[in-house]
Amino acid sequence: MSIGRTAEPGAGIGYEGGPNVASRLMEGRAGAILVVCAAIVVVWYLGAVYLNAPFASETLARAGDYSTGQLIHETLNQERPVLPSPHQVAAEIWKTTAGVKPTSKRSLLYHAWITLSSTLTGFVFGTILGIVLAIGIVHSRTLDMSLMPWVIASQTIPILAIAPMIVVVLAAIGVTGLLPKAVISTYLSFFPVAVGVVKGLRSPDPMHLDLMRTYNASRAQIFRKLRWPSALPFLFTSMKIGIAASLVGAIVGEMPTGAVAGLGARLLSGSYYGQTVQIWSALIAASVMAGVLVGMVGLGQGFVQRRMGGQE
Amino acid sequence: MSARSSLLASLAGAAAVVSVLLVALNGASGAPMLALAGLTLIGAAGLSILRPAATLMASGIAAHLGALALLTALDERAGQAGAGFWCLTVASWLTAWLFVQTMAGVTPASGQRRRLLQLAVPLVFGLWLVLLWEILVRGFAVPPVLLPPPSAIWVRLVSSTGTLAADFRQTFKAVLAGYAIGCGSGFLVAILVDRVPFLRRGLLPIGNLVSALPIVGVAPIMVMWFGFDWPSKAAVVVVMTFFPMLVNTVAGLAAAGHMERDLMRTYAAGYGQSLLKLRLPAALPFVFNALKINSTLALIGAIVAEFFGTPIVGMGFRISTEVGRMNIDMVWAEIAVAAAAGSLFYAIVSLTERAFTFWHPSYR
Repeated sequence: MSIGRTAEPGAGIGYEGGPNVASRLMEGRAGAILVVCAAIVVVWYLGAVYLNAPFASETLARAGDYSTGQLIHETLNQERPVLPSPHQVAAEIWKTTAGVKPTSKRSLLYHAWITLSSTLTGFVFGTILGIVLAIGIVHSRTLDMSLMPWVIASQTIPILAIAPMIVVVLAAIGVTGLLPKAVISTYLSFFPVAVGVVKGLRSPDPMHLDLMRTYNASRAQIFRKLRWPSALPFLFTSMKIGIAASLVGAIVGEMPTGAVAGLGARLLSGSYYGQTVQIWSALIAASVMAGVLVGMVGLGQGFVQRRMGGQE
Repeated sequence: MSARSSLLASLAGAAAVVSVLLVALNGASGAPMLALAGLTLIGAAGLSILRPAATLMASGIAAHLGALALLTALDERAGQAGAGFWCLTVASWLTAWLFVQTMAGVTPASGQRRRLLQLAVPLVFGLWLVLLWEILVRGFAVPPVLLPPPSAIWVRLVSSTGTLAADFRQTFKAVLAGYAIGCGSGFLVAILVDRVPFLRRGLLPIGNLVSALPIVGVAPIMVMWFGFDWPSKAAVVVVMTFFPMLVNTVAGLAAAGHMERDLMRTYAAGYGQSLLKLRLPAALPFVFNALKINSTLALIGAIVAEFFGTPIVGMGFRISTEVGRMNIDMVWAEIAVAAAAGSLFYAIVSLTERAFTFWHPSYR
């Protein structure tokens, strides 16, 4: 160790070189997430063996004596398992995405597209409705006092519970397909956007608002130049919540009436026909879609922030 | 009086004049009552324009008298309401709007009056939504399977209290059990995550991801594992409430200030002591935030999980079967009970929050 130079961390204890890749990985987030994911997969396999064992041991006992290795192999490859193993689910997903044409009714991509289209339609309408409501609430005291409590109260109505009613009632007047599910998605996504944008439109510093008043700015100008830009971070955060809620709404909208297409319909038909692997593959597909949609909103947020000159 | 209010008052007055003329010309049954209501509305509109100070009382009384007249006249006119009826509806609605607007513009003297006003404005707004619903649905004779009028829903609710109570008991067994287990385990895992920083880095991003996923999709799986009765619904509620509680509690445990934590170190407080005396109380606002979110999620989860198989009682079961039988008024009665129960649950959690976190800036 020479004087006038700071030692490397750990230099005095006989440790050579800088931190290697492995320790950097374990100290950061990526390593921890990988370890937790690996642990989840291990627990999943153990759970599959444990939960499928009763039925598997019965099946094998009918064929004669069996070893533990055979039992484990049977539990992990049952046709109708209580808990499918990860590789079974992965194989099913591969079979229904890459193994069939995307336009066939057995393709997961086809069903995912149907759910995605109603999710996106409902999300767009819900966001627009939420923004319009928020602008009204911020600019009109009457609407603020009368409408805002009802916007909050509207969320105590379990819309997912009345999804069947909305689908059936709209079907009775001839509106089927995308629109009823989009209505449910709209209802679920307008609330986070409305509440978030109200908060955002009210978030500018009072000193900035005063400055605009000294410039004799009209309410529309204040909105365009001050309130709206400061509301954008709140808008994007709410949009992430809103798009996840829209997806849930679209899936639940497909479930109650025995719809034939969409991820919710696949969940339902899997549960009716005891096709557990189908249920899990639809669930994983829905989760992946949710993650991708939220990620895309996040990307949009980053893009807009950079364009506006904000710091990450 | 502001320009907007005078515009509203003049429009209301004009609509009332037209309605009185039409009703007088038509002369159908109940015409005198409607004409009288119309004249009251004209008087209120005129009074509001001439003496703005009287707007509140005048518009309030006239609007509600108009609503009363319209509702009474509905019995004979269901499905064939004439133009005079509709003009009177428009006039009453505009006058009610004027009433709400004037109320919202009042700056009350004392804090108690302000709270009263904050309660009154949304209540009147909501009341008029219900009134307009009733008048429009019965006036246009909308088929009851499409949208039943509130009066029919009320009748159904009052006559099926037995069924509704049994459904409520079944669903709330699942809600309360799942809520307690889910929030409790989320809380305990959060303390574990706080103790082991490796877990925080690994588990929290996954927790954030999972809370965005459509958890209701696990309902068929839970029914398969736990059977048809309420334990499977409780299991769905546990999964739904676990992650928001985890994420919020971890955020809350980081909320205690640096100076306060240093102070505990100067007192040689161990991990447990500083957890119990400083970090948990400081985390309470976040914990209650999660508890409030979870109260709505728990109810939704239990009801939706019941779509997938339940013994012949339960709110979700009742909703899906009554939809199949096209008894939409029973569905709405069930929804009303669910909304009221959910609001009550949320209110209880909010009051508990106020009792435990009275020190937080948002209450001062």
